[in-house]
Amino acid sequence: MPLLETGRRRTKLDHSYNGPARQGPVRHISPVQLTLERIHEQNRANVQKVDPAKAPAPAPGAAARGKPRLLLMGQRRSGKSSISSVVFHKMPPNETLFLESTARIQKDSMHSFMDFQVWDFPGQVDWADPSFDLDAIFGEIGALIWVIDAQDEYLEAINRLNSTILNLQPTYPNINIEVFIHKVDGLSDDYKLDIQRDVTQRIQDELSDHGVENAPINFHLTSIYNHSIFEAFSKVIQKLIPHLPYLEALLNNCCQKSGFEKAYLFDVLSKIYIATDSSPVDMPSYEICSDYIDVIVDISEIYGWNRPDDYIERLEGPPYNKKLEDQVACKDAESCIVLTDGRRPILLREVNKYLALVAVVKEGAYSKMPDIIENVNATVGGLLQIFEITRRRQRA
Amino acid sequence: MDNLNDSTASPASEPRKQKKKKVLLMGKSGSGKSSMRSIIFSNYVAKDTRRLGATIDVDLSSVKFLGNLTLNLWDCGGQDAFMENYLSQQRQHVFSNVGVLIYVFDIESRDFDRDLLTYRSIIAALGQFSPTSSVYILVHKMDLVVPNQREDIYNDRVALIRSKSDAFAPIPFATSIWDQSLYKAWAEIIHDLVPNLDQIEKHLGELGEMIEAEEVLLFERSSFLVVSSWCSAIGAMNPTSDRFERFSNIIKNFKQTTSRYTGTPKSAEQFSLLEMKLPNFSLFIVKFTTNTYLSVCLPPGEERFNSAMENCYIARNKFEDLDAPAKKSADRGATSGATEA
Ligand SMILES: Nc1nc2c(ncn2[C@@H]2O[C@H](COP(=O)(O)OP(=O)(O)OP(=O)(O)O)[C@@H](O)[C@H]2O)c(=O)[nH]1
Ligand SMILES: Nc1nc2c(ncn2[C@@H]2O[C@H](COP(=O)(O)OP(=O)(O)OP(=O)(O)O)[C@@H](O)[C@H]2O)c(=O)[nH]1
Ligand SMILES: [Mg+2]
Ligand SMILES: [Mg+2]
Repeated sequence: MPLLETGRRRTKLDHSYNGPARQGPVRHISPVQLTLERIHEQNRANVQKVDPAKAPAPAPGAAARGKPRLLLMGQRRSGKSSISSVVFHKMPPNETLFLESTARIQKDSMHSFMDFQVWDFPGQVDWADPSFDLDAIFGEIGALIWVIDAQDEYLEAINRLNSTILNLQPTYPNINIEVFIHKVDGLSDDYKLDIQRDVTQRIQDELSDHGVENAPINFHLTSIYNHSIFEAFSKVIQKLIPHLPYLEALLNNCCQKSGFEKAYLFDVLSKIYIATDSSPVDMPSYEICSDYIDVIVDISEIYGWNRPDDYIERLEGPPYNKKLEDQVACKDAESCIVLTDGRRPILLREVNKYLALVAVVKEGAYSKMPDIIENVNATVGGLLQIFEITRRRQRA
Repeated sequence: MDNLNDSTASPASEPRKQKKKKVLLMGKSGSGKSSMRSIIFSNYVAKDTRRLGATIDVDLSSVKFLGNLTLNLWDCGGQDAFMENYLSQQRQHVFSNVGVLIYVFDIESRDFDRDLLTYRSIIAALGQFSPTSSVYILVHKMDLVVPNQREDIYNDRVALIRSKSDAFAPIPFATSIWDQSLYKAWAEIIHDLVPNLDQIEKHLGELGEMIEAEEVLLFERSSFLVVSSWCSAIGAMNPTSDRFERFSNIIKNFKQTTSRYTGTPKSAEQFSLLEMKLPNFSLFIVKFTTNTYLSVCLPPGEERFNSAMENCYIARNKFEDLDAPAKKSADRGATSGATEA
């Protein structure tokens, strides 16, 4: 909730001049990391003030016990740091041009609906170096994301991936390996598919030559210049969610009752969707829902500042004579936009401080809004219950 | 701009009324003139501008902007041959009857001294034929400069440019097509050109007071520039000082998405209503008059929200009049219905 309320406050490195306000840090990741931590702490403090019972633990989230780790690996300049900055720190894609080569592993803790870590590796990692504690790296791994620059020579990248897999297979046979065939912006659709076929073939051939069959490897075509990178991460993360089928069932039910074309459960900060109903994901609806979150968060950032106490007091006085929180219809953030084309509404409803439900409603359904809002409320209740159950189980 | 206002008011300018004042967009080739024009007025996004070719000669467009303001925009191709031509054969044709000169400097330019010389010649020509025109200088492509050097470089450039501006007092902006800074510059330029602004602002204030708003903004429909604004004493405490241009940028970008989604042209009206109800504020944006959207930021509360929205719909008529096609007496930059090829 605080994210939607106040937006993501970004560090503005250049305060004093009237020119372009940067949307994020340009040269280093660390300031953002700090900011994120700070936002989290702030949020926690705020919630605690309002309702101590609801305050999240310092390390909140469903999968609180382990912190699944996403490892970003691949050749130099393949785009690892760019991916991590764009997806998890909202850096505008064109600003990744300023990123410097990564010298040491950048460990990023993400506090969201579940805690996970993103480790951004330097391009050249020498596994033979005994100072690497392989178990510390791969022990709690959720997925190994191997980034391949599709606009560059990629044979060397594939060779290194193969030897990495072969290295890890004996000890960690269950690691999910996600190959991001990256920077596919500017490549024709045909060419993309050719590359994907070629990369897949080369990896499978090499592995089966070494007697490794059916290693869990998935391929994604990605670019930071469009939504494909978020889609790919969504798929990677969904594999780490224990209660996914229940979430999907709830969303299915909600879509059917409310006449939604599509509903997504989003992680607001990263705009990864962690679940959706079972109708096929189409890029346009994902895109519009995800961009809609941006709109809401960005506007919150503009208007979500803390109003002075005496002002709030006045608002709670006559003629309403009620606490502000009793003047609103819904205590969580709600938003709706009506597209002129087909008078089609898109809805957003906050689920908890990390998650939001976003749905595209069928054409002309605007008149049924009150019913729809009822359904959405019920669905949100259900989602929260599922998270609660999972959390309790993990604590037990 | 004050000059402009004077000239509208004074009878001496009557004969000129039929001629729309020009907005000249000038600067070196590749500095980004056509890019910014396309983003502000033709719903391009920044990356679309990479496809733009160099402008040949002058690209004239008349942009209808609110009912009685039509911008008569001259996007002047900046290659040397064209520039020389504007300064010689075309001198009077180009530089007479100019309301506003927007001069774009490319921050990346290798030869700033030469840019300054050209600027000087342009200023001389302007001084000769339109001495009362306003001048804006945009130091552009700021995104290409490392952040911690931006301020210094910008200030240096502006000081030098100012010193070469003769009697004009140019208003400087640092801009980039990659963020909201462009909207800030253009909103201020437009703000100076919109007629009836006093009245619009007055009505906006009355509306805001009545509905207990913290802030009320009037956006032009297609550019989504803020043409008028009002805020309460509380609204004025909002620490986000660049919020207008950020807001424009946010909505403008989202219109790209909705256009892709619905398959309707970007210039089409993409949405009719946006509501946000958050625990610490609520906000709505509605399609308002023919050429505007209205945005209202309010304290939280369902009743307050509903009655505010109702009142805005009622207030529409008053504003619709102001947004109507030109009344005879009204304007300077524009005349009724007349369009120019
Ligand atoms: N065209 C395009 N360029 C990209 C994309 N992703 C990243 N880049 C560019 O690739 C370059 C290298 O990006 P980095 O993120 O620094 O690469 P890295 O893998 O972290 O490099 P090391 O830290 O040296 O290992 C930058 O100039 C990015 O702008 C993409 O999807 N498309
Ligand atoms: N990095 C960056 N590039 C920009 C910016 N504005 C424009 N450009 C790029 O600059 C190039 C030239 O832009 P144009 O708008 O065609 O330049 P112009 O001033 O109209 O040039 P002429 O028509 O020849 O006078 C395009 O490739 C734009 O993408 C900016 O703010 N930042
Ligand atoms: Mg890196
Ligand atoms: Mg041009």
